[in-house]
Amino acid sequence: MSVLVVVECDKGEVKKSSLEVATYGAQVAAQLGTSATAIAVGEATEANLAKLGEQGISKVLYDNEPRLKDFVNNAYTKLIATAAQQEDAKVIVLANSNIGAAVGSRLSVRLQAALATNVVELPKTDGGQFVVKRGAFSGKAFSDVVLSGDRKIIAVKKNSIEAQHEAGKTAEVAAFSAQLGDADFADAPKQVVMQDQAGGILLPEASLVVSGGRGMKGPENWNLIEDLAKALGAATACSKPVSDVDWRPHHEHVGQTGITVSPNLYIACGISGAIQHLAGVNSSKVIVVINKDPEAPFFKAADYGIVGDVFEVLPKLTAAVKELS
Amino acid sequence: MKFLVCISNVPDTTTKIAFTPDNKEFNKAGVQFVINPWDEYALTRAIELKEANAGSTVTVLNVGEADTEPNIRKALAIGADDAIRVNAAPTDAFFVSQQIAAIAKEGSYDVILMGKESIDYNGFQVHGMVGELLGIPTVAPAMKLDMSGNAATLEREIEGGKEIVQVNTPFVASCQQPMCEPRIPNMRGIMTARTKPLKVVPAIGDAPRTQVAEFALPPKKQGVKLIDAANAGELIKLLRNEAKVI
Ligand SMILES: Cc1cc2nc3c(=O)[nH]c(=O)nc-3n(C[C@H](O)[C@H](O)[C@H](O)COP(=O)(O)OP(=O)(O)OC[C@H]3O[C@@H](n4cnc5c(N)ncnc54)[C@H](O)[C@@H]3O)c2cc1C
Ligand SMILES: Cc1cc2nc3c(=O)[nH]c(=O)nc-3n(C[C@H](O)[C@H](O)[C@H](O)COP(=O)(O)OP(=O)(O)OC[C@H]3O[C@@H](n4cnc5c(N)ncnc54)[C@H](O)[C@@H]3O)c2cc1C
Repeated sequence: MSVLVVVECDKGEVKKSSLEVATYGAQVAAQLGTSATAIAVGEATEANLAKLGEQGISKVLYDNEPRLKDFVNNAYTKLIATAAQQEDAKVIVLANSNIGAAVGSRLSVRLQAALATNVVELPKTDGGQFVVKRGAFSGKAFSDVVLSGDRKIIAVKKNSIEAQHEAGKTAEVAAFSAQLGDADFADAPKQVVMQDQAGGILLPEASLVVSGGRGMKGPENWNLIEDLAKALGAATACSKPVSDVDWRPHHEHVGQTGITVSPNLYIACGISGAIQHLAGVNSSKVIVVINKDPEAPFFKAADYGIVGDVFEVLPKLTAAVKELS
Repeated sequence: MKFLVCISNVPDTTTKIAFTPDNKEFNKAGVQFVINPWDEYALTRAIELKEANAGSTVTVLNVGEADTEPNIRKALAIGADDAIRVNAAPTDAFFVSQQIAAIAKEGSYDVILMGKESIDYNGFQVHGMVGELLGIPTVAPAMKLDMSGNAATLEREIEGGKEIVQVNTPFVASCQQPMCEPRIPNMRGIMTARTKPLKVVPAIGDAPRTQVAEFALPPKKQGVKLIDAANAGELIKLLRNEAKVI
């Protein structure tokens, strides 16, 4: 028996969320007295896969079939199911990403495994039970869920586990083939279109986020948000009305009906803090609110606040960040 | 073309979440339930595609107890033709998926649409489970869905971009913005919804594999520390030296 970790790679690099997943998987393996094997998907390099040893992975399986570079739901599912069977995996850990959700849900049926998504902590495994804590009610609550049966699949929420780096440890990288054929690639994408990402930082993976609301008055003022984000190395986000009127692209919309983020730092600029917005951000470790209205509800959910005009405050913050470095 | 739209009955987005004293169940007292916001995209898009393809039908499906019927009627008022309610508490995603798959198979539905995820349990998993149970492709989460005959072209969101995917019916898609502008019921719709068929069927399938042991609310914040706007740069020092996040 073992723990199998699904590692997503992009342009040769292991994604940050997958380093977290690898750490999580290695710690579950330690709890269960076994070892953690990874199966890599996407475009990877052998050197970067070997470095997964730093997160506690002992072996990495990699199928260098070129068609696996892009996400293909059926092919990925079969690849991981084959690896799970070969490794006799009792626990499969993946990221709570769009890929993780698509593959994890299919695998749970194929392998007859109990699935928990949006998981935020290591499992409690004492007393013969297997209990995980997961986010529910769109960030407004948590639930402890008991997973039954012989096999479990856990999708770990991004930024909820800190990736460990034990320098110098390497994992063995082993060639692996699931004997995939044309039929497995029938649902391959016809085209993949990547966004222009400001500073190259993806919002769902970001540790620092600068976000703007209607108080920014118009898209022409977003340079103030972008300048601060760039100085900090942060991703940019926005409230729903801002993306509804196309001031910003929809993939930046955070909240109950957008994406949920849990960065180390979330800076809200000219956002009132409606309950639906808070739901998507309130698991951020530190929240900063800048709003000219001292009564704005967001201040109640904040750690730090500035009552003031974003047009005056933001340039000062950007200048202060630049002074730091 | 036969469309099956799965809708989940969830607390209104403004709900302050509270649990029963033993923390084992969500406290429904005084809570307004709505159609899961993501499911409105699935429903409206199915109705738009029905209107564009003569002879098509839209069936809504909910797995839930009788208290979900007002929202099923609402979906009928928005423009679905008929409805099925599987009469059972939706005790976990796998249980719900088994019900959806069985009904989809029995009714030979061509397109099975659902929301990206439920805003109460946030599983983001029913889509794949249903696809796998039926052995058909799933596209999740889909931002765009166009159909030409039995061929569908979808835009699937991936982190940092999108994939253009083509599949033939039958398939499953889970929907999100900006797929369409969700419709609201009009007076005529509300009147006709009363007489549209709503079939209630018993649940089938295996026992759930997961069970909620306990709910908890997030820890309360300490309270906000205010920094003078004139001295805004001070915030950056606090973020580095006190909060240690930059
Ligand atoms: C079903 C449903 C789902 C929803 N889902 C989401 C969601 O996922 N995400 C989301 O964000 N919203 C969501 N909403 C909308 C939500 O209710 C709010 O309307 C929205 O979050 C408000 O956006 P805002 O804070 O940018 O704008 P506003 O509420 O208009 O707030 C603007 C703020 O900017 C401040 N301001 C103005 N000028 C300045 C200035 N010069 N300097 C500093 N501050 C200034 C104002 O004091 C105000 O507090 C949803 C609503 C519904 C009904
Ligand atoms: C009384 C009660 C007890 C529960 N106990 C548990 C528990 O112990 N463990 C647990 O994991 N969950 C429990 N749930 C949650 C419930 O089972 C969820 O409805 C189910 O897990 C599906 O939600 P999801 O978030 O996983 O779905 P998602 O995968 O996020 O939903 C995606 C889409 O599937 C469709 N869908 C979801 N649910 C339904 C439905 N009921 N009918 C029709 N379509 C639907 C919708 O289109 C939705 O947008 C309980 C719910 C209730 C009401």
